[in-house]
Amino acid sequence: MERTFLIKNPSVMVFIALLALFTVAVTFLSEGLGTGFISTAMVKTLGMTLCFCLIAIAMDLVWGYCGILSLGHFAFFGLGGYMIGMWLMYARTEDIVAASLANAELPPTEQEVVDAIGTQIFGVVGSSEFPWVWAFADSLLIQLILVVAVPGLLALIFGWLAFRSRVTGVYLSILTQAMTLALSLYLFQNDSGLRGNNGLSGLQNIPGMADTPQSTLSVWFFWASAVALAGGYLFAAWVVSGKFGSVIRGIRDDEARVRFLGYPVEGYKLFVFTLTAVMAGIAGALYYPQAGIINPAEVAPIASIYLAVWVAIGGRGRLYGAVIGAAFVSLLSTWFTGGRVPDVNLGFYTIEWVSWWQVALGVSFVLVTLFAPKGIGGLVDLFINRKTPDRHGEDLGPDKGSLREKEADA
Amino acid sequence: MSTLLEVSGISVSFDGFKAINNLSFSIGPAELRAIIGPNGAGKTTFMDIVTGKTRPDEGQVLWGEKSQSLLRLSESQIAQTGVGRKFQRPTVFEDQSVEDNLLLALKKNRSPLSVLGFRKSSADGDAIAALADEIGLGDQRPRKAGELSHGQKQWLEIGMLLAQDPQLLLVDEPAAGMTLAEREHTTALLKQAAKTRAVVVVEHDMEFVRRLECKVTVLHEGSVLAEGSLDHVTQNQEVIDVYLGR
Repeated sequence: MERTFLIKNPSVMVFIALLALFTVAVTFLSEGLGTGFISTAMVKTLGMTLCFCLIAIAMDLVWGYCGILSLGHFAFFGLGGYMIGMWLMYARTEDIVAASLANAELPPTEQEVVDAIGTQIFGVVGSSEFPWVWAFADSLLIQLILVVAVPGLLALIFGWLAFRSRVTGVYLSILTQAMTLALSLYLFQNDSGLRGNNGLSGLQNIPGMADTPQSTLSVWFFWASAVALAGGYLFAAWVVSGKFGSVIRGIRDDEARVRFLGYPVEGYKLFVFTLTAVMAGIAGALYYPQAGIINPAEVAPIASIYLAVWVAIGGRGRLYGAVIGAAFVSLLSTWFTGGRVPDVNLGFYTIEWVSWWQVALGVSFVLVTLFAPKGIGGLVDLFINRKTPDRHGEDLGPDKGSLREKEADA
Repeated sequence: MSTLLEVSGISVSFDGFKAINNLSFSIGPAELRAIIGPNGAGKTTFMDIVTGKTRPDEGQVLWGEKSQSLLRLSESQIAQTGVGRKFQRPTVFEDQSVEDNLLLALKKNRSPLSVLGFRKSSADGDAIAALADEIGLGDQRPRKAGELSHGQKQWLEIGMLLAQDPQLLLVDEPAAGMTLAEREHTTALLKQAAKTRAVVVVEHDMEFVRRLECKVTVLHEGSVLAEGSLDHVTQNQEVIDVYLGR
């Protein structure tokens, strides 16, 4: 059965093979385990890019396949990051505190250790008490469960309220924006319990691995991200390949029709929304240990809008399109904003890419939407010589999220 | 004769306009019925109420032998109970193949988890092949529904209705935009379907209704004006005044 799935979806095998090749290549060129051609910082950037690719797959599932333009998925990404960050920070601080108290004349009591950790972590926000959200921060297992559970639960509650009231289209997008904005504003407060605008930092230091250099750790996290991406891709491809994919594409193009076929549309939307929130949470949990720091600005609405731009530029409604879009745009963005791109001197004006990059991105988004609706992923059609049938309809369905005829593949 | 669907005394108004006014209607388990009436007579609203899209202000919609009320069910629950609906414009999933369209409609468990684990059996394949042959799309199965002609889309939609295996079929203007030959095929399909289930056809075209050779209900301003054979209702003076005479 698994075999027929792979045969029916050759793109999955191609994708996994390319990803494996890329992973091996980066490993051999890395500073930690290979020749050192790729710097540790670059390995981290590439690993983080893979996490972006994973959340892009989630976005493609929810938007490209199910037609729900969620502009709030980075909230789930950030929550996943915060959940793992709490353990990283707690356990790491615990190590430091234990080391510094080891020289004390009397061995410290458990309470003294906890208090010392609290002072270390919450000193920046003028507190030393552990807020209730940190109740399980000392347990890696529980925090790992929360990585999945917190974004999942938020998505479940939010989705249940929104879908049950039949909020669709642009109104739903605005609601999801409001959700991520509210979360971001809440986290900015010092008494939110997550260190306000300082966020959580030092996440690149993995507790108990103080002797392992960052160059090696970065490769390990790169591997973990690659495995998660491969797993996410396989899973998403499996979900959309069968009848379930058929139903959610039906919901995207014509929700009412699916309802009259007897499918509980709200249940499907809620399922996809929650599932993708969980994927986003996992991506976030892998991303932030590589980034080293998470703060509420990461959850700001603009991040989720970028996510939609990645998927649109890559080509929505095809999983590899989302991956290509996320990788291409985010790497290009790193390059442009890194200040390493030579400025263009026009004589009367100098284009500095650090600030003009966003304009270029905006323009290319408009151009792709207008002239190449299939996105970069559409180039694959040229390669395998797949022709789009000559159809005479308008959009493929009456719903706002429905695929435009130009976007659809053969 | 037992009744499958019993609609009694329903009224619904939109912004003070009474779209349906104390309408009563019933149909047996294996019956073909045509509903005619001028524009704005409430034909589509009537279908909306039966399928759960619109809630009536008053009245009852009872279903089946147990006289279950449909008013408390959602659209998808009503569809699962056995009410199938065909829209005025052909609404098929254009981005998906004829095969996938039929598979979507095929009577199966509709819950997300069971659909996620669903894999097509060979029996399902045979059922789809038989249906595709019946609606004249046997050799078009791998094609995308969006590429089909208008008439073929209409048939595909009728095929999807049959795949749902509903006890009651609500069909809104099935012959709109069809050629004469296509109409005859459609008539045959509907008549065949009505041998085992109830079929309600809303139609403007009198010639088409005549070919169906069935009982006719005339709607006007949201309630039933006349009911009986086509010849009977066309001789009714009121019907002539409000509908045929124009």
